[in-house]
Amino acid sequence: MPDPILAIAGLDAHYGDFQALYGLDLTVAPGEVIAIIGANGAGKTTLMRSISGLLRNQAEAIRYQGEPIGHLRADQIAARGIALVPEGRQLFPSLSVEENLIIGGQLGRRGPWSLEAIYALFPILEERRAVPSTALSGGQQQMVAIGRALMANPDLLLLDEISLGLAPVIIKTIYDALPGIVSSGMSAMLVEQDIGKALSMSQRVYCLQEGRVSLQGRSDQLSRAEIGRAYFGV
Amino acid sequence: MDWLNAIVQGTLLGGLYALFAAGLSLIFGVMRLVNIAHGDLIVLAAYLGLTVTSALGIHPLASLLLVVPAMALIGYGLQRGILNRTLGGDLLPPLLVTFGLSVILQNGLLEIYSADPQKMNAGLLETASVLVGGISLGILPLAMFAIAVAVIAGLQWMFYHTALGRAFRATSDNQAIAQLMGLNRAHVFGLAMALSLAVTGIAGVFLGIRTSFDPSMGGARLIFGFEAVIIGGLGNLWGTLAGGVVLGIAQAIGAQINPGWQLLAGHIAFLVLLAVRPKGLFPRMDG
Repeated sequence: MPDPILAIAGLDAHYGDFQALYGLDLTVAPGEVIAIIGANGAGKTTLMRSISGLLRNQAEAIRYQGEPIGHLRADQIAARGIALVPEGRQLFPSLSVEENLIIGGQLGRRGPWSLEAIYALFPILEERRAVPSTALSGGQQQMVAIGRALMANPDLLLLDEISLGLAPVIIKTIYDALPGIVSSGMSAMLVEQDIGKALSMSQRVYCLQEGRVSLQGRSDQLSRAEIGRAYFGV
Repeated sequence: MDWLNAIVQGTLLGGLYALFAAGLSLIFGVMRLVNIAHGDLIVLAAYLGLTVTSALGIHPLASLLLVVPAMALIGYGLQRGILNRTLGGDLLPPLLVTFGLSVILQNGLLEIYSADPQKMNAGLLETASVLVGGISLGILPLAMFAIAVAVIAGLQWMFYHTALGRAFRATSDNQAIAQLMGLNRAHVFGLAMALSLAVTGIAGVFLGIRTSFDPSMGGARLIFGFEAVIIGGLGNLWGTLAGGVVLGIAQAIGAQINPGWQLLAGHIAFLVLLAVRPKGLFPRMDG
């Protein structure tokens, strides 16, 4: 196995007095897509916030491309090539669609993703490039949020619940775009409530339960029964 | 004709008030910081202009070349060194800290420059005028108004057409997500304060050319700035210019009725507008 692009070892995460993650271990190999599943409150979003630097941690708990990054600020981590599509999209309301995309690429990292590439992936965004991001439908906003993260040309893409609150047909459009996105050699971590989607999109899966990894394995080898036990802890 | 003259002169004065207000409006918009020391920073800029002018023997307008960058540097340092530490969920700490800064500035200036009123001498420029339709327009007030309009236009353009403006708007919208885009909040805020105080530098030098000044006059400039921002509508730079003009005209008309009513008339116009249009003349359209 090649050296992992991301290696998390013994990660504890806290919100004030509340501990959300307990000694979490996890790795992502270059070019690999892993899925994170688990019930609400299991720590999935906390894990994403920790990796992206929105939640500061012990330096050595998170190593990226061989270097400790747990202590860095979110902007420093972004500059190293980790991009997060946050839960709930969180576009900038004062910025137009195109400006949201441009600001995603403002670090100037090189790679395949540019405005043209994003518009080729989601043509509807080009049509609506000049409107405020708040004028878009939920699905279109999610496309902007994904495009905004891709504009950074990340080596590791974090996707937090990108299907949340969207119609099934929109979810399908967005997930149909995903294999094309990760085929460029990018690694990705996918937080997903829909276990079927999570398994079909990923090579490996981690199931979290109350801040700990309750199950991990290859996505095509885990049985539904195993996952059910790990998910609900019964 | 006297009334028309008062309105025209008030409009030109409004340009200066818009300059007082623009910096205030900018930092409130970007980081929700209410800078109580803003008026004293204007006075500081006036004193910096005075020092530069007398030390180098240059024209007050030429002192802008040094005062504006100096104020920008002070702004960046102030923000990174002190004000960033006060920003968070609560509005009170930055208010208290900038209030303290205001006291320190006033007393520091008093210590260095004494309480004697000072004035910068702009020579012939102060008295030169042109006659337009029977009204005598001072070249200096005209130039100040033109520069105020240019500064507002420049800020507006910067906000909506440059990467820096995009960073300001994004950080204003959502600091955490802006951080994910690789924007360092502390640095973005530092740049916003630098820009705010650069504008303050222009305002301070103009103030010092227009009137005599002393270390205690910052408070009133702060009030004028606040009033212009609120009249115009928060978060709208052209509105801020309109607010400054409304304030200037009200003061000029008040002074025309009775010289003692100048300030009172400005405050009354502010209160009336606040009662009639609580969101200002031009509230922000979005959000």
